[in-house]
Amino acid sequence: MTLADTFFLSFKTVVSYRLRSVLIILAMTLGVAAVVVLTALGDGARKYVVNQFSSIGTNLLVVMPGRAETTGAFPGAVLGQTPRDLTLKDAQLLGRLPQVRRYAPLNVGEAELSASNRLREVTVLGSNAELIPIRHMKLAQGGFLKHGADYSAQIVLGSQLASEFFPLTSAIGQRIRLNERRFLVSGVLAPQGKTMGHNTDEIVIIPVEQAQSLFNTTSLFRILVEAKSHDAIEPAKEAILETLKQSHDGEEDITVITQDAILATFDRILHALTLAVAGIAAISLIVAGILVMNVMLVAVNQRTSEIGLLKAIGAPAADIRFLFFAEAMWLSTAGAAFGFLLGQLGSLMLRLVYPDLPAWAPAWASIAGITVALLTGILASILPANKAARLDAVQALSKK
Amino acid sequence: MIELTSITRIFHMGEQSIYALNHIDLEIQDGEYVAIMGPSGSGKSTLLNVIGLLDKPDDGSYRLDGKTVTDLSEAEQAQIRREKIGFVFQSFHLVPRLTAAENIELPLILSGLAAAERKQRVNDTLRAFDLSDRAAHRPSELSGGQRQRVAIARATIMQPTAILADEPTGNLDHQIGVEVIALLENLHQTGTTLIVVTHDRELGDRAHRQLMLRDGKIMTDKKT
Ligand SMILES: Nc1ncnc2c1ncn2[C@@H]1O[C@H](COP(=O)(O)OP(=O)(O)O)[C@@H](O)[C@H]1O
Ligand SMILES: [Mg+2]
Repeated sequence: MTLADTFFLSFKTVVSYRLRSVLIILAMTLGVAAVVVLTALGDGARKYVVNQFSSIGTNLLVVMPGRAETTGAFPGAVLGQTPRDLTLKDAQLLGRLPQVRRYAPLNVGEAELSASNRLREVTVLGSNAELIPIRHMKLAQGGFLKHGADYSAQIVLGSQLASEFFPLTSAIGQRIRLNERRFLVSGVLAPQGKTMGHNTDEIVIIPVEQAQSLFNTTSLFRILVEAKSHDAIEPAKEAILETLKQSHDGEEDITVITQDAILATFDRILHALTLAVAGIAAISLIVAGILVMNVMLVAVNQRTSEIGLLKAIGAPAADIRFLFFAEAMWLSTAGAAFGFLLGQLGSLMLRLVYPDLPAWAPAWASIAGITVALLTGILASILPANKAARLDAVQALSKK
Repeated sequence: MIELTSITRIFHMGEQSIYALNHIDLEIQDGEYVAIMGPSGSGKSTLLNVIGLLDKPDDGSYRLDGKTVTDLSEAEQAQIRREKIGFVFQSFHLVPRLTAAENIELPLILSGLAAAERKQRVNDTLRAFDLSDRAAHRPSELSGGQRQRVAIARATIMQPTAILADEPTGNLDHQIGVEVIALLENLHQTGTTLIVVTHDRELGDRAHRQLMLRDGKIMTDKKT
């Protein structure tokens, strides 16, 4: 029997046992679709987080006071010492490093914003002009410390604050108060929405010196540093640690985290999560495979006398084995194909319902889902096909 | 030519051994018309199945056309069944999902013949068996006589040297049965060896040679 005839004959069988075939294909379809949709969800979440994290800056390093606990080689040496504060002087030192493109000192606090009978609590960022480009923020109007006048009482308003406080006029040039200190609105941020949980539409930015005096502090919360290139990130980290160690009398009492490392960690965790979800979904494919095996065994039983007839008219065992094998192939191939399509459709729906989520199933997941479906189909048919091929012709013929 | 020497087939039922065939010696020339008769359980079907290479004897040797076929591989035996032997059964054994034409086509498919030639030969056979207008019918839509005609057409489409029919009229009315036998006899006229198992004495007497079996042994071997 030729291969084409084998597949054609088994195709006819699949079609004529319609209900049975539809049910198996459905089981396979759901399994493959589950793999595709769940990995689309997982990978979409990964891409979403990575995108969010990338959008807060490029080649970003964050310097913060205090030593991360993980290094504690000599716990005794650190004991009893409070970490030294980060200062503006430290920030300026970092600005001179050759690996550093720009830096922004950062103070964060809450204050009351008030103007013309309006009053509300806002988050205040104190920094320099570089904060805007480093954090990938955009100004809709005006500017911030354009001419390096760090001490002037300028303020940049988040877009929502600007329209709340000055609904009718342009905010630029207006006077506004932060805890009774007077500021002149020099710029308005473009609407950006939430990134990493912060709503940049509802913050204000003022010069760092103003913030330090507003919050009555001399220390910095963070120093944001942008390295000159991706390759410069690690050297910049080394240089920052070295520079601040010298400036802090030889104490390593700061921590530098790189955006890159955090990104990589998130990427890894969410990728692992996607893999795990794919694995769980794949279990449903194994279940579908067992279903195929069961149904094929029933089919062998049902068609025993037909198998006997095929043997009587000269079908060798190999042909009969391949007939059942081909039947399982049709079922699992159809299941894999429909499952892939259904999975793509499901991913599309996800993307329509959650436009922010890039829910595309990764190619590896689709390929793995289809492969597992075909493989389980093939494996599941081995036992029934062998059983059919080994039937005793005379006994098979006398059945029914 | 079929040559059986001391062919023995034993079935074990628990402790008991049943000699379905008990040291059978038998020679059947090409083109003979043989009726195998005997009471139920005498070994008629088993003998036919051994001759048709569907069943393996436990002992003895079987030469077909001068070649010993008892120790051939499963695939080689299947090939002989495909090319030299046509089976006809009491219960027709048509595949219910397939049409009459497709049932008749099955042996050609098994032999790997190209589709175009298959179609030609199936059409010729349908015409020869007066089944052309039933070609697209499923077995369930055919009468018993028509079903057996389809089965005979299927058994002959590979132009076998021998047709083995196990009670081909057992499920048919007498009149239809006679027609079916006549159809088989037509094939015998063209030179095919015809071996028919029957316990209808009238039908058996139409053959040119009658074998009487009892308890797995040939009691009489009559040529007329
Ligand atoms: N598969 C089997 N298992 C056990 N005994 C069998 C089997 N097939 C046939 N027999 C026995 O072998 C003997 C001959 O059977 P069979 O050739 O079918 O007889 P007949 O066709 O003449 O009625 C009977 O006694 C039957 O019970
Ligand atoms: Mg019998």
